[in-house]
Amino acid sequence: MSDRTTGAVRATPASGAAAATPAPVQGAAPLAPGARFFPALAAVYRAQLSRARVARIPLLFVATFQSVGIMILMRGVVDGGSEARAVVAGSSVLVVAFVALNLLAQYFGQLRAGGGLDHYATLPVPPASVVLGAAAAYASFTLPGTLVTAVFGCLLFGLPMGGLWILAAVVPLAGAALAGLGAALGLLAPRQELATLAGQLGMSAALLLGVLPPERMPAVIVWARDLLPSTYGVEAFARTFEQSPDWAAVAFDLGVCGAVGVVSLAVATWAYRRAAVR
Amino acid sequence: MSTGTAQAQDGTAAAAGAASDVVCAVRDLVKTYPAVRGRRGAPALPETRANDGVSLDVRRGEIFGLLGPNGAGKSTLVRQLTGLMRPDSGTVTLLGHDLVRHPGRASRLLAYLGQESTALDELTVALAAETTGRLRGLDVRAARAERDAVLEELGLTPIAGRPLKKLSGGQRRLACFAAALVGERPVLVLDEPTTGMDPVARRAVWSAVDRRRARHGATVLLVTHNVIEAETVLDRVAVIDQGKVIACDTPAALKARVSGEVRLELVWREAAPLEVPEVARLRDRAVASGRRWVLRLAPDEARAAVASVTGGPAFAALDDFTLATPSLEDVYLALGGKTKGLVKS
Repeated sequence: MSDRTTGAVRATPASGAAAATPAPVQGAAPLAPGARFFPALAAVYRAQLSRARVARIPLLFVATFQSVGIMILMRGVVDGGSEARAVVAGSSVLVVAFVALNLLAQYFGQLRAGGGLDHYATLPVPPASVVLGAAAAYASFTLPGTLVTAVFGCLLFGLPMGGLWILAAVVPLAGAALAGLGAALGLLAPRQELATLAGQLGMSAALLLGVLPPERMPAVIVWARDLLPSTYGVEAFARTFEQSPDWAAVAFDLGVCGAVGVVSLAVATWAYRRAAVR
Repeated sequence: MSTGTAQAQDGTAAAAGAASDVVCAVRDLVKTYPAVRGRRGAPALPETRANDGVSLDVRRGEIFGLLGPNGAGKSTLVRQLTGLMRPDSGTVTLLGHDLVRHPGRASRLLAYLGQESTALDELTVALAAETTGRLRGLDVRAARAERDAVLEELGLTPIAGRPLKKLSGGQRRLACFAAALVGERPVLVLDEPTTGMDPVARRAVWSAVDRRRARHGATVLLVTHNVIEAETVLDRVAVIDQGKVIACDTPAALKARVSGEVRLELVWREAAPLEVPEVARLRDRAVASGRRWVLRLAPDEARAAVASVTGGPAFAALDDFTLATPSLEDVYLALGGKTKGLVKS
């Protein structure tokens, strides 16, 4: 800009022979300040939330209806006890898996395939702000659906609603773990269709392994269940329906969700950097 | 016509702009895309050299254009100038910063308007501009103030509350341009900014650009395949073909290179009357596309050709003809440009 006056260098038309020498430009121009982490995160979060009004509301309904439908189906098979608790908790967390994992994987896959990442990559914004802002927004999208599903499930299976406050911890922590996973899948998948596929598979795994009561599963499936981060959210939520919940176990389960969230969001941030500059 | 001679010929322009200095210097930039193995449904692609030794200088305050058909390597070049892609070899210096070594600095020196709007599509015009400003490092108040000013300047205030997705192509493009302007940068890189715009929107774009040049000496790097736009708005233009700069000069100077020729376009009603000997003679020199023939001829040859097709029996078969002075498209073809695909509108 005009504040670089003294170091002005005349245009030196490069002839064929001299073309190899870089243009002698002295006194580099000052760099504009970059966006800081939290303001940028807030801006991305707000922008992503506003997208819900335009694009995401139908899908949020789908997520909730799907979970409610599953609970109604399971009502015929399961009555009361630990199985009912597992079904309600699993269906509620399934909403988180649908939106945070499946839809976020699709969103990042689409953004990457459509050149949308260029927009962010040419702005001085920390990669973590973009990834965390989007992940936080998608986790927030899941809150109403999760609440509706949980309340409906409690009414359907006659479970106490006093422990539903735990959702305030389950949704953000399971949301962080699943959104991080979704973002990483979307950004790492070599093609957009594969990102969608990975998101769908992740959600199907959360559905099958989370909603079905573990008592009836073979050992191999139970191991697979232990590997899925959503399981810990389901377990933590299911425990709070008991007469006297084992709070240490609840805290441990939520801790696992949080730890997976930190790792998967870090991986997603790395994947974003990798995808942004090719 | 090689890269070297092309650069050497802009001596006159350099002398005229004696006070100007180089904002962006590109030297021997090479970028090769690796070969792609064929898969089911996708054919194999050979290794492609998208940029093959590109060198150019963009001076302060000018609108510098990259003109070429699709696939010429313009966007690859721009991606390297904006830090989105690393070159295989060569250097890019922007305002004194080495962008090959520090690609992250590009975002703090320039604003980029890419061809895609995926990232902004579901936001309202106002929020797209505001968010972009905030991500460019402005605080909330400054971002809102600049947003309002830019939307007003571009005439977007009435549709500020509508999502980009619901707008027409030209309006959406203008909204993305608005987002690119929030959070002022000394260099603007615009990749086909006016695609799909009506004349009013185009005028809004160019006057906004002019205001920024007058106010801060902003420099604009413009990618286009539109010949008319290139002739009217650019100070200098680099003509790119198959990854190389085949010419670089002011539009007027480039056109002067082919001033010895005029372009004659003939449109026949059905088929060309080849039984007429004059027409048969012209056929070898014409580039035919359907019923349309394009000939580049010396002025007196052109006059003779017009006389023969409008006077004799050929006239009955003639639907339309135009005689025009050369455009940048003719320059491109005369310089050995091989690909069709420049747009005139």
